[in-house]
Amino acid sequence: MPQLDVTTFAPQIVWLVITFLAMYFIMAKVALPRIAEVLDERQTRIDDNLAKAAALKVEAEQAAAAYEQSLAEARSKAQDEVKVVIDQANAAQAKAQEELAAKLDKKLAEAEARIADAKDKALANITEVSADVAKATVEKLSGVSVDDAAVNAAVAKAMEQN
Amino acid sequence: MSNNPLHQFQINTIVPVEFAGIDASFTNSAVAMVATVAVVSIFLIMGMGSRALVPGRWQSMAELSYSFVADMVRDNVGNEGRKYFPIIFSLFMFILFGNFLGLLPYSFTFTSHVAVTFTLAMAVFIGVTLIGIARHGLHFFTFFVPGGVPAVMLPLLVPIEIISYLSRPVSLSIRLFANMTAGHTMMKVFAAFIVPLGFLGGWAPFAVDVALTGFEFLVAFLQAYVFAVLTCIYLNDSIHLH
Repeated sequence: MPQLDVTTFAPQIVWLVITFLAMYFIMAKVALPRIAEVLDERQTRIDDNLAKAAALKVEAEQAAAAYEQSLAEARSKAQDEVKVVIDQANAAQAKAQEELAAKLDKKLAEAEARIADAKDKALANITEVSADVAKATVEKLSGVSVDDAAVNAAVAKAMEQN
Repeated sequence: MSNNPLHQFQINTIVPVEFAGIDASFTNSAVAMVATVAVVSIFLIMGMGSRALVPGRWQSMAELSYSFVADMVRDNVGNEGRKYFPIIFSLFMFILFGNFLGLLPYSFTFTSHVAVTFTLAMAVFIGVTLIGIARHGLHFFTFFVPGGVPAVMLPLLVPIEIISYLSRPVSLSIRLFANMTAGHTMMKVFAAFIVPLGFLGGWAPFAVDVALTGFEFLVAFLQAYVFAVLTCIYLNDSIHLH
């Protein structure tokens, strides 16, 4: 078995030491730092980008909140304005209605006054006419001429009893 | 080509070198080691050449091997293991690519030699022990005294603990060496049957070899992984003791 040939041990071990030391120095000084650098750079980049993304997300949320707030403000402002307009319209309508009602009341009062006037006048005429009719009736029936004052008093008394 | 299934493990000197009385010849094993270092370096350094933020396929594989070993070290050793990450990464990649390149036809698998695996395992063993002593001083030796055991049992258990500790480099090196040697020998044994069995009968060992090739890729990865994980576990033991 060639593995047990002791004379080959020395050259194998010598070259193993030489090549392995070379390997170690190439790895430790050149190859591994390069890989580590690239991996670190990538990790840093990823972390940076994640941080940036988080910051942008916060910013976007703030912008959305501001938008919502301004929207709500605009909405409430618009509602207020609409309310003012409606109130004004309501007030104007109420005022117009009031005026109209007052005007109508006044006309109604006038009309009632006129009616009362006419009624009074008619009632006054009725007394006179009744006195005339009563006087004429008494004269026709009894042939007695009654004086006006007595007739008037009698009529007034009769009317009061009615 | 010899039909001897063990011929593939033969060490052939290419350039004879002798340095201070030590035979330091450049052999086919040394070629495989140099090739492994070159391939790993090219794979990682050129793969990261573009340093792209969004990696391509090659860069992804380089990054994947980095994070694979980094996760392994973090899971098994914790934060104190960061310091030792380069050495464990080098071990893992060295053994992994040594195993993979050894699967190429006509190439040589240096991890199939016990001299190599035992040297690596001893380096891990000595390094881990020294780290333990440096961190804990003499307190490190309480590692051999299991907790919650009656004092009467200690004369029995302490030697067992010491033997189990000392056998770590042996099991670590034999596991890798034996797996690689057995797998390559099996492939060679079945391959040697293909041509003698002729056009009709040769298909059976050929099919076995195809399956074994896939299996050997799994073993190549698994053994490199096991070696690295056990190194992490030993390191964790000497950093945290029990």
